[in-house]
Amino acid sequence: MRRVFADLHLRLNVKDPAATLRMISKAATLGYRLIAVPLAPETPADEVAKLRAICNETKIDFASRVDLRPRTHNELLHQLRRLRRKFEVISVACENKQVARQAAKDRRVDLINFPSLDFRRRFFDKAEAELSSKSLTSLEIDVKPLLVLEGPTRTRFLSNLRREATIASEFHVPIVLSSGVSEARFLRKPREMASLAFLFGLGEASALEAVSQNPKLIVERNREKLGSKFVAPGIRVIKEGKDC
Amino acid sequence: MKRVKRRYLALQIDSDGVPSRKEVMDAVWSAVAKLYGEYGASLTRLSLIDYDEEKKTGVIRTSLVAVNLVRASLASITSVAGKEAVVHVLAVSGTIKSLREKLKL
Repeated sequence: MRRVFADLHLRLNVKDPAATLRMISKAATLGYRLIAVPLAPETPADEVAKLRAICNETKIDFASRVDLRPRTHNELLHQLRRLRRKFEVISVACENKQVARQAAKDRRVDLINFPSLDFRRRFFDKAEAELSSKSLTSLEIDVKPLLVLEGPTRTRFLSNLRREATIASEFHVPIVLSSGVSEARFLRKPREMASLAFLFGLGEASALEAVSQNPKLIVERNREKLGSKFVAPGIRVIKEGKDC
Repeated sequence: MKRVKRRYLALQIDSDGVPSRKEVMDAVWSAVAKLYGEYGASLTRLSLIDYDEEKKTGVIRTSLVAVNLVRASLASITSVAGKEAVVHVLAVSGTIKSLREKLKL
């Protein structure tokens, strides 16, 4: 079966339809079949519909995503209650340890993300990984810093990523490789993204899973949960009516 | 002496300008050296086999053991000869003949 390649972090300026179309077309040309675009929590439904239409035109599947940046774990819980049923993918940028731990153990969080340049705030350690593996939260790694950074900063970044990738595979935490780019010149083919993962020690098979199966599973799981037939994990309505 | 296994990579350069043969190879060498250092770069046995300036496509050869290293380096290229550029890998193969067959498909 052919792999479906996905980029769950394509940062688009939704106010500029021409640039949006250009980026989405480029992603389609490069071989992506599923993209997620981070949107503001209050994005009107018609703007999301427009994006979906552009994606349909270019034969690419669109998933809505929101990036949360809470300062405390209570703020995170509040935002999750408010937004979980509105978006297909929820990512949490962990700015402190308290938020990182809460995000890792909450089943409503799909992706956890850490600041790429502030190495002291990359809280993905063994405790975080253990919590993530129990709640199916994935570790998201953006490849943009690998293209933009140079010299010792990139070396330190790679060293951190290597440590995190080792911990993630030890605790079976899925890794999602995303582009995190807002300009077309930084977009890479899915297999090129996977080869960049070689730099921090991810094997070929795991790297390809990180750009295909892992992100696809997140979107499929959430679509099922957001669907009207979903009751609880493993339970769904298959028939309704008087004859039941 | 043990024969060194090789891999051929077909490349597509996506840039505004038309980079020359030398500029493309300089960009590739410099990307490999930046990521793996001069010693690492020397292990790749890189060489440019073919380059079409019009189509901006080329074929490079590398040793099998360094193919992942070279692919990662190619993906990290953001400019060629000072101009914004992306180098895409179109196909990888063990012989030039099968590489050309893959590209025809």
